[in-house]
Amino acid sequence: MNPNNYLILAGILFTIGAFGVVVRRNAIIVFMSVEMMLNAANLAFATAARTTGTLDGQVAAFFVMVVAAAEVVVGLAIIVTIFRTRRSASIDEANLLKY
Amino acid sequence: MTAALIGLPLFGATVLLLGGRRTNAWGHYFAVAMSASSFFVGVATFMSMLGRSAEDRTIETHLFDWIAVGSFQVPFGLQIDQLSIAFVLLITGVGTLIHIYSIGYMAHDENRRKFFAYLNLFVAAMLLLVLANNYFLLYVGWEGVGLASYLLISFWQHKPSAAVAGKKAFVVNRVGDVGLSLAVMLMFVTFGTVTFSGVSAAAGNGDATSLKLIGFALLLAACGKSAQFPLQSWLLDAMEGPTPVSALIHAATMVTAGVYLIVRAHAIFDLSETARTAVVVIGAITLLLGAFIGTAKDDIKKGLAGSTMSQIGYMILAAGLGPVGYVFAIFHLLTHGMFKAGLFLGAGSVMHGVNDDVNMRHYGALRGAMKITYVTFGLGFLAIIGIPPFAGFWSKDEIIKVAFEQNTLVGLCTLVGAGVTAFYMTRMMTMTFFGEARWEKDVHPHESPSTMTIPMIILAVGSAFGGLLLLFVGDIEAWLEPVTGFATSTEAGGMAWLMPTTLLVIAAGVAYAWNTYGRRPVPVVAPAEVSLLTRAARNDAYGDAINEAIFMRPGLHLTRALVWFDTKGIDGFIGGFAALIGGLSARGRKLQNGYARSYALTMLGGAALIAFVLYLVRL
Repeated sequence: MNPNNYLILAGILFTIGAFGVVVRRNAIIVFMSVEMMLNAANLAFATAARTTGTLDGQVAAFFVMVVAAAEVVVGLAIIVTIFRTRRSASIDEANLLKY
Repeated sequence: MTAALIGLPLFGATVLLLGGRRTNAWGHYFAVAMSASSFFVGVATFMSMLGRSAEDRTIETHLFDWIAVGSFQVPFGLQIDQLSIAFVLLITGVGTLIHIYSIGYMAHDENRRKFFAYLNLFVAAMLLLVLANNYFLLYVGWEGVGLASYLLISFWQHKPSAAVAGKKAFVVNRVGDVGLSLAVMLMFVTFGTVTFSGVSAAAGNGDATSLKLIGFALLLAACGKSAQFPLQSWLLDAMEGPTPVSALIHAATMVTAGVYLIVRAHAIFDLSETARTAVVVIGAITLLLGAFIGTAKDDIKKGLAGSTMSQIGYMILAAGLGPVGYVFAIFHLLTHGMFKAGLFLGAGSVMHGVNDDVNMRHYGALRGAMKITYVTFGLGFLAIIGIPPFAGFWSKDEIIKVAFEQNTLVGLCTLVGAGVTAFYMTRMMTMTFFGEARWEKDVHPHESPSTMTIPMIILAVGSAFGGLLLLFVGDIEAWLEPVTGFATSTEAGGMAWLMPTTLLVIAAGVAYAWNTYGRRPVPVVAPAEVSLLTRAARNDAYGDAINEAIFMRPGLHLTRALVWFDTKGIDGFIGGFAALIGGLSARGRKLQNGYARSYALTMLGGAALIAFVLYLVRL
């Protein structure tokens, strides 16, 4: 099958994810969108590995998965904590850290 | 032995300064004891010198190697020779008398202990100056006496005028000190050594230009310390200090250090005609200028200060005349030390009797109320104007004679100076002790206590017989010959007309002053309608105005311009740049608005931009 299709799919997923990060206010949704962008990148890595016949892309994809798992733990903990104190998961309201 | 001379007064100063108030009760006696014991050590040294032949009278004491850097070797060494011992006896002798006098004079001053500590410090520094065996160590003493002079002039620092006068003396002296440090450096460069003996031995090898420059630098140093033209302005203001200080430091000893320096460095001046001429010119100008200022002063101490300048002018002039003059410069220095100290102490006694008033127009007819002061001041007066057989006659007459032998014009200057001296001293004498009483209200003149009168009597005896003793019993010419060299005058026995002429000029000065101030009443308020010359003399010949116009104001404008350039130019650039960065940052930090989504958009935009650029480049 033509590897370009996979790359196009990865591009579409990435665009949806980026769009979600920029326009959605709910922190959980934004978080999911970030995951989607990461997985789009993983798909691109895997495709590249398949195309070139080397393992480098797959290794990179594994790394991304490990980092994403760690990031989920920290990120969800922050979101839960913010929700507990502010009774809201909107990231626009959590704007105290500014000039 | 030699070190003890300096060590004793230094010890006294240390104890009194570190001991603080605990030493208040006995501090002044302790200081007198230290000064007196230093004098006795000096006398003992002098006696032992008398017992030896002229060649080995010099005692060298090497204490330790002070500076040893490559070829620059400065020993901390002391040297007593015929010249030093004369100074040692003058400093410690007159110094001790003035210490004793100060017990009475400063009796009611709450800082008397500090005063005595400074006096001891001065004596120690002055002894170091005359006992050093190299120019570098002499410089230490030179600065030490400058410090003591500064501390004592501004001793009553609660008076702004005294504080300013001390500062002025310090600053003007720094100008002279630059000369001395230049001279020491030039000596090292030219001769490779700074010891007296080394420089004297090597002077013949120096080239004419170096010798001339060293001579000029030494002359500048002498001008600063000895209040010679053009650095004379500080001495008149220095009279703000207590009177014993004026007597000891600003009449008898410290201000004569310049003469000592020139005589000590005679090897340089012997070889440089130009430098010698400069010395003579400076001496002649100052002797006339000082006498001129002395004629118009109503302040008794300032009148005496003008006189001191003038008499030191005589000494400097004599020192500039070369080998024939050195002996008489020192001779006049010694007699002047005695009679001028006596005159100052007399002035202090008069001030003590009339509630510290210094204006001679408020004196008059004090001879009845203050008999001892009158007699002692009178003997000093006879000595300074040069009436035989009093001390000043012998020394001044010799200087006038030598001056005429060398150059008629210089001789005329000294002769005119003698006449003017007679005039202003007679004026001072008449206004103070004769005429009608012009005392202020509540003034009851009385004689001073015996602690003050006894030193005055001793100095008066010195003023009367000191010249005779030094010349005939002490034979000062033969005594100093190994140090200074002595060339007998070319036409011995000639100039027979000179002494009567001198006496005639002196008599004319006395007569004119008596006619003006003795036979007519003296106005209590100084007349305002006076000639231009009188006005100039009252204003110290505009010395301060000239200094202000030439040095002070341009200096002030220069510093102001530099400050302006610093604040506007340098600070303006640095400050403006910082303000620019600060302003930009204040605007830039608004970008951090706290909305995570806007950061995300910025990042996305940036990443897209980079991707786009990479895409373009790869095409």
